[in-house]
Amino acid sequence: MNVPRPPGRGDSSSLGRGARGPIALLNTSFESMKNLHEEKQAFTTRVWIAAIGCLVMLSILVMRMTDLQVLEHDYYSTRADDNRMRLVPVPPVRGLVYDRNGALLAQNVPAFVLEITPEQLPGKLDDTLARLGQLVRLTDVDIARFRERMRKTPHYRAVALRSNLSAEEVARYEINRYDFQGVDVTAGLLREYPLGTVASHVVGYVSGITDTDLQTIDEASYQGLNQIGKTGIERSHEDQLRGQPGNKIIEANAGGRPLRELDYQQGHAGQNLYLTIDSKLQTTAEAALGELDGAAIAIDPRNGEVLALVSKPGFDPGPFVEGIDGDSYRALLEDPDRPLYNRALLGTYPPGSTIKPFMAAAGLIAGTLNPATKIFDPGYFQLPGVERKYRCYWRQGHGWVDLNLAMTKSCDVYFYQAALNMGIDRIDDVLGAFGFGHLSEIDIPHEKSGLLPTRDWKRRVYRQAWFPGETLNTGIGQGYLTVTPLQLAQAAARMAMRGAGFKPHMLHAIEDPATHNITAIAPEALPRVEAKDRGVFDRVIEAMELVMQPGGTAYAVFKDAPYRAAGKTGTAQVAGLKQDETYAPKLDATPKLLRDHALFIAFAPVDDPRIAVAVIAEHAGHGGTSAAPVARAMIDEYLLGKVLYNAPNTPLAPVVVETIPDEDSDDENPDAGGAPLPPDQPKPGDDASAVPP
Amino acid sequence: MSSSSEISVITQAPQPVTSFGAWLARFHIDLILVVALLAMSALGLFVLYSASGHSASMVFSQGQRLALGLVVMVALAQAPPELYRAAAPWLYSLALLLLLATLLLGQHAKGAQRWLDLGVMRFQPSELMKLAMPIAVAAFLHGRRLPPGLMVLLATLAMIGVPTALIAVQPDLGTALLVLVAGLLALFFGGLRWRWILLALGAGGAALPLLWFKLHDYQRNRLLTFLDPERDPLGAGYHITQSKIAIGSGGLFGKGWLNGTQAKLDFLPESHTDFIFAVYSEELGLLGVLLLLTLYAVIVGRGLVIALRGQDTFQRLLGGSLALTFFIYVFINTGMVMGLLPVVGVPLPLVSYGGTSMVSLLAGFGMLMSIQTHRKLLAA
Repeated sequence: MNVPRPPGRGDSSSLGRGARGPIALLNTSFESMKNLHEEKQAFTTRVWIAAIGCLVMLSILVMRMTDLQVLEHDYYSTRADDNRMRLVPVPPVRGLVYDRNGALLAQNVPAFVLEITPEQLPGKLDDTLARLGQLVRLTDVDIARFRERMRKTPHYRAVALRSNLSAEEVARYEINRYDFQGVDVTAGLLREYPLGTVASHVVGYVSGITDTDLQTIDEASYQGLNQIGKTGIERSHEDQLRGQPGNKIIEANAGGRPLRELDYQQGHAGQNLYLTIDSKLQTTAEAALGELDGAAIAIDPRNGEVLALVSKPGFDPGPFVEGIDGDSYRALLEDPDRPLYNRALLGTYPPGSTIKPFMAAAGLIAGTLNPATKIFDPGYFQLPGVERKYRCYWRQGHGWVDLNLAMTKSCDVYFYQAALNMGIDRIDDVLGAFGFGHLSEIDIPHEKSGLLPTRDWKRRVYRQAWFPGETLNTGIGQGYLTVTPLQLAQAAARMAMRGAGFKPHMLHAIEDPATHNITAIAPEALPRVEAKDRGVFDRVIEAMELVMQPGGTAYAVFKDAPYRAAGKTGTAQVAGLKQDETYAPKLDATPKLLRDHALFIAFAPVDDPRIAVAVIAEHAGHGGTSAAPVARAMIDEYLLGKVLYNAPNTPLAPVVVETIPDEDSDDENPDAGGAPLPPDQPKPGDDASAVPP
Repeated sequence: MSSSSEISVITQAPQPVTSFGAWLARFHIDLILVVALLAMSALGLFVLYSASGHSASMVFSQGQRLALGLVVMVALAQAPPELYRAAAPWLYSLALLLLLATLLLGQHAKGAQRWLDLGVMRFQPSELMKLAMPIAVAAFLHGRRLPPGLMVLLATLAMIGVPTALIAVQPDLGTALLVLVAGLLALFFGGLRWRWILLALGAGGAALPLLWFKLHDYQRNRLLTFLDPERDPLGAGYHITQSKIAIGSGGLFGKGWLNGTQAKLDFLPESHTDFIFAVYSEELGLLGVLLLLTLYAVIVGRGLVIALRGQDTFQRLLGGSLALTFFIYVFINTGMVMGLLPVVGVPLPLVSYGGTSMVSLLAGFGMLMSIQTHRKLLAA
């Protein structure tokens, strides 16, 4: 499509003069006319070309628009929505934890949070911080943490500086707030534990969600939340306490500033839990243990509800909630008393003489023990044809003893004989039925099963046959046998119920926060301890009652109790005596870690048992003097509402020491079974539940 | 009136008014153009209200400029085309001088030196050049032997090249491009030989790599981003990505006037100026876009018809160049907003918020109307 060339070699200069009058036009040649005409033709062609070009370009535009607005419409719609919509989680309010009577064990308290919105600060940040520091307490740690958070946060958004202002600090700030543009105090919720240290091992605590937690949780359930239950009820019942986060869909502009709410999906608050714990009993038990390390547990035998569960020492859960600093956490971990370690569930101790009621029951059930038959105790026991002497703690010997006397005096020789008559297999059957050697499956996390030694176990672990001497040691609660305080309390409860029993549990009822409907937790019955004659349990309980009577090892503590109680003292050997040592040194001369553990189990009232107790006081010497007073105080508190017994709890006083003979020692030959702890058993406390803050 | 051997030119006699269009023509106003322009501008004001975040004051000031532009348009339509042809050398020289002055004394805005402060108002001489360029080229070619010979071509190219370069170094690539296009289109309508067009295209292609090194960093970034907008979605590619999201999410029917989220929530930058087409597409959808493009096509088509009916070379070249430059305007802006072309600072004619471009555009249509309504009866 070429433009026709004008034929002219005509005078172009005359053509280039622009506008000319009619006179000039008169002189225009015919060729020029033709030229003008052809020029117009050429122009018309060009216009057509241009018009076609415009149409082509218009079609390109329309095609492109169709592509964007029709074919890819869905894709761009999604991207437009992604641009403006933000999913903002609405964290649920965590459920409250009450004791059985409605006293608060864990609550959410409004916390005043000091926040700074960097964008709104009129002057320099440092200046504001310095002036704020004169009104509220600001540590270097606070400021460093704040700067760290600020770096990761958009500038229009408030950043927390302090998370727990005191009322006084709030007041001081409010008076001066006109000086602090860009600084705000807002209210949030902070978990608080009114009983603090006292119930720390029961309730546990919540703390920041860690990377480790993130691997196991469903993150959708934690939207908007930054804390998770770490130990105790807070952990085991996390799902019930947490609730369900809701969601808001908000519209935000390009700067991220929220403008309006588009949609709201309601979550629901966590459920309120009523624990079986009686906080007054818990407090009493905690106080009764005093400075002692150990554990005290009370169970309602009629339904398995745990009324008190104390592990001493406890710890303050508060710092964990606010975010414990490294030094404090390390100090807790390295504390030799191991405050983070829940002895009630994780401590495995030799039961010592507290096993004897269950041995007696086993003998009666097996039919190998006649309660009336008397055995002569010369102060030691010998297996037929063996030189080795298994000592009674009472050097002189108890002389002729029957079951009642053996129980009240805690005669070892009687139980050596009883164990030997039964044999380890029948012992294992009955002790296992009482719950020893098994996890109790209580509803709070981390427990141990202790060890109920059997022939199979011995062969598996030591590749050795079971020796009769080991049966003897088992008979007096030493040797390989270890139990947890919870198992002891549970066994006492089952004895109280004459062989019946319920699974121990801590959850009493659940309350729906919206409807306030309370659902009780039904007790879960366990199979009975099998016995042809129910009378065997009454027979053992009769002997246990005598322990509290004149001549019994717990008489001093229970003599004036206005209810009928049955119990058994125990002293568990921690360190074996060397063969050439004839007698252990006096208690206060022994290094603390080598001193015996004091144990005590009891229940009351005998005919209508409502509480069963087990107490372990580590390295506190004799059960009757150190552990029994704790149990007495607990039973008093629970049955009477007040503690009648108020003897000073001074188990380490020299006066007491002189009355303590070398109970339960069978030390002639540690190899034969008197070893302090079986080698494959970690010492109590070896694996504290170390939960990172 | 005159003898048959003479060509006599007689000014068109007043004729009985037979229609509204004819009545308007007495005031040198072209009915089709003025209706389409007013419709376009009204549409523009509505979109601007939405795109500016419901700013009545912006709409008002845009309305003022529109009124000013219409006054200028009608005023320019009153003058016969011959006047423009006569004034061409002066106009061109004035625009060139002002451009030079801007370079030496101009105001800085957004890193570019485009404004000349006249005391009462700031003024962009490059806008004046947009008008002066087609007038000057058309006047220069008028009466010369067409298609232009080599010497004429070189002279014309120099006429086009100098101001283009002056504007490009401000730097204002968009306006430079439009001035260049206005000049070259006049040359094209002047019958520039195809072999030279092809030669120029070839040379231009070969010079592209050289041009690359002459570009400012932000201009290079725009080009790279055009080739791959997701290269830097938060940086240089942000404009185009957000613009495509706005357009695409509008769909066939759009989200409705004032309901576009991309502009309202600030995701779309420059939403009331260069990227206003994205707002329009988001809110009024493909159907709205088709209406807009149709209006533009009517305006351009009417301009080409007027050019075709031009009575001399000057009128034809000027009319053709004005009409087609207007189309190039639309194409560059919409193409850029759709992601078809690199980002160049070219506003959407009659819709984008902005002063001088509105006035200079309407001034161009004033001259088109002048061509259309100052017809002389030609008799052979």
